[in-house]
Amino acid sequence: MKTESLISLLSTGVEPVDRHALTKRFGLAMLAGACGSTILMAVVYGVRPDIGQMWTTPLFWAKVAFPLSLAAISLVVTARLSRPGSVVGAAGTALALPFLAVWLAALVLLWSASPDTRVSLIIGVTWRTCVFNIALLSLPSFISVFWAIKGLAPTQLRVAGAAGGLLAGSTATVAYCLHCPEMAVSFWAVWYFLGMLIPTAVGALLGPRVLQW
Amino acid sequence: MERTKESGKENGTVFAVEEQLKVLFLGGLEGNSKAYHAFLDKLSGHLRAYLRRRIFHSLDDVEDIIQEILLAVHNGRHTYRADQPLTAWVYAIARYKLTDFFRARSRREALNDPLDDDLQLFASSDVEPADAKRDVGKLLDQLPDRQRLPILHVKLQGLSVVETARLTGLSESAVKVGVHRGVKALAALIRGVA
Repeated sequence: MKTESLISLLSTGVEPVDRHALTKRFGLAMLAGACGSTILMAVVYGVRPDIGQMWTTPLFWAKVAFPLSLAAISLVVTARLSRPGSVVGAAGTALALPFLAVWLAALVLLWSASPDTRVSLIIGVTWRTCVFNIALLSLPSFISVFWAIKGLAPTQLRVAGAAGGLLAGSTATVAYCLHCPEMAVSFWAVWYFLGMLIPTAVGALLGPRVLQW
Repeated sequence: MERTKESGKENGTVFAVEEQLKVLFLGGLEGNSKAYHAFLDKLSGHLRAYLRRRIFHSLDDVEDIIQEILLAVHNGRHTYRADQPLTAWVYAIARYKLTDFFRARSRREALNDPLDDDLQLFASSDVEPADAKRDVGKLLDQLPDRQRLPILHVKLQGLSVVETARLTGLSESAVKVGVHRGVKALAALIRGVA
């Protein structure tokens, strides 16, 4: 087929395009992913029994703020990476801020704590399972986020995959906060970070293969 | 950006082209088929000149890649945002498809002059196509009927969706979906056979 014929083929009877396709797609993906991860959390691990008190506990909200802010920033980054030629810009740098804030707070906490409690402030009581719980909970979000990216037009597949993985991981961590009993910032700084790292790495690995278009 | 005086004039026309192409493309996004045709036509001219000048010795390779990029531009057109430079958007797609092309043929050595100059994409135009090596028409025959027939009637014969629905016995939305998925499937077939 000559290029000229292909052009005619593509332009003949062309349908108007939905200008909000990206917003709708990510909106749907986030809704499905967040619901999926939350339901999975409630079924597999259960909501923590003292959740009623948590709503009025500032420390609980500080804990939620960590993955929630990461999810918000990585949503922006992922959406930009799904669009050819758009610049990730400051949002990419901003991804470091929640991590830096939590790590800094963790250092302050550990530094001010008495030496014999430091280890338990880091490993808490659930360190063995935390990372894998987050990884498992990120599955529904991972699938829906990748569905969203794949329906758009990513051109840097590995980076887009990693950003999508982080988006899924941070969404899952928000859900996991409703179960996780750990209340030391030093715990989140290590194990939440590692938990989110798994879907991020998987996203970077799968991106080039799965996101091709 | 270290562009000096001699390229100043060229840049002026580049921005004029950008504006012109953008108007046509936005028209196409609203469903104006004539504007969209003009856009794809002009775009292919610019891509041809750009690719011939920079990368390829083999003209039919150029034509293959142009067709691949046009398909990608078409399939990704819902990701364009009107406040974004069209050049940057097209360039990112073109570079992505080129990388794909070279990866598929393991001919990376031809890419030692990487495309690092997106402003130049619209700098000139070449309207004389060579023949493509790959025949998209033949690929079209490989699609399942629910995609092939809608494309055949709507896209090649220019029938309306309603007429095509009556002719094929498909529902109108099935015709639209068939066209949409079929063109995507064409791009996927190209990836598979490239």
